[in-house]
Amino acid sequence: MKAELEKRIVKGPDGIEFEVDPLQDYYCQEAPTVMPAAYSKIVEGFFNWARAESLWILGFGTGCGAIEMRPLMTPRFDAYRYGVQWRPTPRQANLFIISGYLSVKTLKRAIRSYEQMQNPKYVIGLGSCTINGGMYWDSYNTLKRLDYYLPVDLYIAGCMPRPEALLQGFEDLKEIIRAGKGEGANQYAQYFDWYKMNQKQVIHDWDMPDYNW
Amino acid sequence: MRELYAKLNRLFPLGELTERRSNLAFITLTAEYLRPVLLHLRDREGFSHLVLLTAVDWLEEGQFQLSYLLSDRANGRDIGLRLMLPRDGASMESIHDLWPTAATYQRELREMFGIDFPGSPRINEEFILEGWTDIPPYRRDFDTLKFAQENFVARPGRETWDPARHMKDQLYPDGA
Repeated sequence: MKAELEKRIVKGPDGIEFEVDPLQDYYCQEAPTVMPAAYSKIVEGFFNWARAESLWILGFGTGCGAIEMRPLMTPRFDAYRYGVQWRPTPRQANLFIISGYLSVKTLKRAIRSYEQMQNPKYVIGLGSCTINGGMYWDSYNTLKRLDYYLPVDLYIAGCMPRPEALLQGFEDLKEIIRAGKGEGANQYAQYFDWYKMNQKQVIHDWDMPDYNW
Repeated sequence: MRELYAKLNRLFPLGELTERRSNLAFITLTAEYLRPVLLHLRDREGFSHLVLLTAVDWLEEGQFQLSYLLSDRANGRDIGLRLMLPRDGASMESIHDLWPTAATYQRELREMFGIDFPGSPRINEEFILEGWTDIPPYRRDFDTLKFAQENFVARPGRETWDPARHMKDQLYPDGA
């Protein structure tokens, strides 16, 4: 456990001392719950249409694939015309692109970022590394299957996929969401223990809250 | 570089000189003369920049080779100093007081090769890896494939083709 997560006495700016238990006070350790669909199919369909039309991507590049997202922001490919944009914080994003290889060290940050995103949220695995390890298949610190650690809605194959492939991927993801199959967040909540077990199997020094929202 | 080597060799007992280019040479030396040679090169000969410090694992000989590469920007020449360390309990004198950047290289070598540099700043802190429990991963007796197979879940369906065997099967299907 990190020192900053341990229970301690803190002196406030007004001189009053008080006890802080970061895991209880700073984080919500409640496990996530499954969000039921809306009361009517038509309403849920409308929600899904709205969700599909505003994919906000978390600006977090985990590997070399992040370089393929930069041209999408520029006039040549211009992903913004599809309602896709990049956001600086997990709180404002609903799409997490794991862009390329994911090392164990990055997985920690990816888990924390993913858990801080609001429901409904989607994950795209970009590049061969997220599918089966790609060229890092025998690496000592690169994960070989992303879907054991985070629920993946869509993979975009390639090493690296071109920006056009990403645009096609966004369109495919919209189809998935409109069909009501973008249930990654609910899957994560439902099989939370399984995901945590897999995550803790590779992260040997688990020094963060089990779930942080 | 020959004149420099001759000049240095009068002051310190040096090993052999390997010339790669007219402005790049490597000198072999023993660990106890590293600091005086580095100081002399830095203060008297103008090699003011430590380009890199890296290691090679000579597993069969049971030794680590450390390479210190110095650069003389004014005269456009580089010199490398090589020395061998015993692989068991490898430990080397720190040079972070000569070049502060060396501390970063030494932290990396400590983590990736397990070479200790006593007294170097933050030497025992984690550098790149977090929660590493196995032997240092850049050592050649560390089996990355075995480690990956044991630690990370693989997706079934990935086949590996040995090129030699594949071509033999293609060209001589009878097994000639």
